Amino acid sequence: MNNLLKKLSDMRAISGFEYRISNELEKLFAGLADDIHTTALGSVIAVKRCGKPDAKRIMLAAHCDEIGLMVSSIDENGFVKFVNIGGIDTKVLPSSEVVIHGKEDVYGVIGSKPPHLLPREDMDKSLGIDALAIDIGYSHDDACKLVNIGDSITMLSPNSNLKNKQFSGKCLDDRAGVAAMVKCLEYLKKETLDADVYAVCTAQEETGLRGAKTAAYEVKADYAIAVDATHGITPDNSDNAFEIGGGTAIGIGPSLNRKMHKKLINLAEENKIKYQTEVMGGDTGTDAWAIQVSRCGVPTALLSIPLKYMHTTVETLSEKDVEATAKLMALFVKTIGQEGAAL
Amino acid sequence: MELIKSLTKSNAPSGCEESVRNIIIDEVKKFADEIITDTMGNLIVHKKGKGKKLMFAAHMDEIGIMVTHIQDDGFIRFAAVGGVNAYNCINSKVVFANGTTGVVSYEQTNGIKDLKLANMYIDIGASDKESAQKYVNVGDTACFVGDCAFNGNIVISKSLDNRIGCYALIQALKKIKNNTYDLYFTFTVQEEVGLRGARTSAYKINPDMAIAVDVTRTGDTPSSSAMDVKLGSGVAVKVKDASVICHHEVRESLIDVAKKNNIKYQLEVLEKGGTDAGAIHLSHEGVPSGGLSIPTRYIHSSSEMSDLNDVEECIKLIAAFCER
Amino acid sequence: MIKNIEKLCNICGVSGDEDKVREYIINKITPLCDDIRTDSMGNVIALKKGASSDKKIMIAVHMDEVGFIVSEITDKGFIKFQSVGGIDPRVLVSKRVVIGDKRIKGVIGMKAVHLQNKSEREKAVAENKLTIDIGAKSKKDALKWIEIGDYISFATEFEQFGNGFIKGKALDNRVGCAVAMELLKERYDYDLYVCFTVQEEIGLRGATVAAYAVEPDIALVIETTTASDVSGTDEHQYVVRLNHGAAVTLMDSRTIVDKRLAAWLYENGNKKGIKTQYKESNAGGNDAGAIHLSKEGVKTCAISLPCRYLHSPVTVAAKDDVNSVYELSRLFLQNTKSIMKIMR
Repeated sequence: MNNLLKKLSDMRAISGFEYRISNELEKLFAGLADDIHTTALGSVIAVKRCGKPDAKRIMLAAHCDEIGLMVSSIDENGFVKFVNIGGIDTKVLPSSEVVIHGKEDVYGVIGSKPPHLLPREDMDKSLGIDALAIDIGYSHDDACKLVNIGDSITMLSPNSNLKNKQFSGKCLDDRAGVAAMVKCLEYLKKETLDADVYAVCTAQEETGLRGAKTAAYEVKADYAIAVDATHGITPDNSDNAFEIGGGTAIGIGPSLNRKMHKKLINLAEENKIKYQTEVMGGDTGTDAWAIQVSRCGVPTALLSIPLKYMHTTVETLSEKDVEATAKLMALFVKTIGQEGAAL
Repeated sequence: MELIKSLTKSNAPSGCEESVRNIIIDEVKKFADEIITDTMGNLIVHKKGKGKKLMFAAHMDEIGIMVTHIQDDGFIRFAAVGGVNAYNCINSKVVFANGTTGVVSYEQTNGIKDLKLANMYIDIGASDKESAQKYVNVGDTACFVGDCAFNGNIVISKSLDNRIGCYALIQALKKIKNNTYDLYFTFTVQEEVGLRGARTSAYKINPDMAIAVDVTRTGDTPSSSAMDVKLGSGVAVKVKDASVICHHEVRESLIDVAKKNNIKYQLEVLEKGGTDAGAIHLSHEGVPSGGLSIPTRYIHSSSEMSDLNDVEECIKLIAAFCER
Repeated sequence: MIKNIEKLCNICGVSGDEDKVREYIINKITPLCDDIRTDSMGNVIALKKGASSDKKIMIAVHMDEVGFIVSEITDKGFIKFQSVGGIDPRVLVSKRVVIGDKRIKGVIGMKAVHLQNKSEREKAVAENKLTIDIGAKSKKDALKWIEIGDYISFATEFEQFGNGFIKGKALDNRVGCAVAMELLKERYDYDLYVCFTVQEEIGLRGATVAAYAVEPDIALVIETTTASDVSGTDEHQYVVRLNHGAAVTLMDSRTIVDKRLAAWLYENGNKKGIKTQYKESNAGGNDAGAIHLSKEGVKTCAISLPCRYLHSPVTVAAKDDVNSVYELSRLFLQNTKSIMKIMR
């Protein structure tokens, strides 16, 4: 699990640029699926068939895009201005290191005016994106040879193992979900199933659930489980947040299928898998929201991995929670189809 | 020039695109194999080709207002159709489909700070409700008045957003001789209220690739907010806006065609705002989509400004792309 | 019909928990329909065959109501909740609710006015600062009656009052349900698909998939809409008025109704002596927003009951308007042939 998470955290692809990692993603599923392909919008779909006629289809979905930045202009001194892609917390940016994916990968550091040149009364304000620029150490002309408007930018932040099997890195939202999906297929490798499994690494979740919407249309699933990250408890917040190491968070709410969440809870209880319950009164903000209303409707459940410091470069989770998520998903998949439409 | 004049002069707030549609049908009928007006009112102009289905989309609608209430004293209350800026409306003229002109003004006791459309009204000079209703009724729509003027290659008019895009598509269609793609030039409705026409027309066409043609803002006016697009610097190839991140292959092939044909282009990274591509790329299993934009200043005012040289480059690029 | 509305309004059916409303409706309409099915999201799609099956007419009425969901139980046994659908938290203090299938009674409380400091007295209370008290002694005690994820409705009882007024929770949109049930009693020119939809209040979700499945040629949404004809507003802000009849939508935040369709309803309604008014605002949105954008697009219109204090524990409407909504909807169904001709 540790290696898998490291590998996934090190992949670099902001929303809309998933094609940069689709080969690597496809490799993760090699040997675990019968058919792997990349869709028009950049989602990667790995299909594991059960070999039975008229089998039900279950879609698993975790998004493979990450939040990041994009080059918007290059100023006369070669500094690179940028916009954000997805909801990055701009407080993270000053003094962060980045990679610009230009003609080649270009190293850069996000700088700003030194504090003594900024108005004193603004000391307690965070720096807006307009006040920041990436320093790549090239003149304007040299910069333009390497970097172009529209190039994607990812955060450069090494991942690390913390105590108690906690793992910290960038974009674990939602590469950890992808890890859980891979792990789930590993658990199922030798199992006989009654349903076809469509494991989907969805594209462009961070910019509006776009990959999930189109992938769900393509898959025509009978059931779906989305895996995403949810907030872990931090010293400054425990509201709507979950214990790290407390298990997978099973979603409950009007847009999530009640029978499915009950079944997930029962399976977790029976098999002693740690879980928590997460209530979401409205939009879950996850792929589940898009999948449920695809075509004639898809019964959809949501599992979330608690994650501290979401949308920063130091997202931190417990590997145990990823394991629990994978296990519970595998159990669900194993039993689906057996009871068919009875669910 | 005459075509630009008649297109921009049309009165077509979202939901009432008929007048523009009729002009376009007249212009394109000689160049199309099939012309369809669909349920929502989108105009789909099909020019057959052997290759894959390529959809172009330019929206016909413009922002405007709809009458919501007529007061006993003859003053008219209204709601916005699309993104109407209250400050742009002050003392500006609107015109209804029947030619009635009104002045938009605001309740003076509420002042101009935090001006909301709810505190504004239209004055057609009627002395009471009954005489107002002879000209205007609840549900009627009006567009802003802004005559089309030319300063050399610069055009200033209302509704360049997006008649100038429609114009580019029409002219490109006339130019195309040997199209490799199976072409669907789509003139969409209700873009300004949420890309609605594009959504249903894309579902109907189910294209293999799509390109939206629209206007985009520029960052070249005094102390404007940051944006790298400039008026007169060529057609803008869209990288992203709030509604779409363009498919890299579509974007790269547009750039490729521009380079090969010496077409002046620039790249567009737009933070706010969306285009029809935002709806189209989410249709069915997903459609690789891109965008071409005509740099335009003062969008959503009655004095939008574009450069005809940029429009020319856009026309060239569309035509060359269809023939590649 | 009023009796039916009373029964419907008193059922709890927050978005995602429409089961009991669905059961009630299916029981009542099964004898009236040629086919009836429930889809994977819980929409009820009832078919009433028409004289011809050449065209499909869809009517959509949503079954769900705004409410809450239990999100957490404190150690002392108080219940924290999230709202389901848009509810102004300023109306919540000191209201009665019922929780879950067992209809456990609870009250939304906060500390007494004596204990509030000046700024607390003046400020609205955020939803996450409020709790529901069911009289439990502890978390363990509370868990005997309720569980996380239970849905919560306002406890208001339906009643008639004043001169021809009705009040209750969930007039939005059980009135629509009742009208649609009534309409199912007759046959019309074309096949009629009445869709009792789910999850309208959290984003028109049921209608999205119902329209996809039905593929109608034309659709009518029967709904409620905000009437602001209350004390302190100017006439131009009223939007619609109680006792002025069925409200026809021209445009709202999700839909622009084809002008010819809206005008047909307005003009022919009034011509036939059915009180009809235009909805004089572009705010709000209903299932039409989802239906008209389904697949290649669907001509869709909306007829609404003017309703005061929507999305609060007590919604108020006029009985005469309910009748106008029914009559105008019926007029629409009786004339779909000629209406569709105008739309060509």
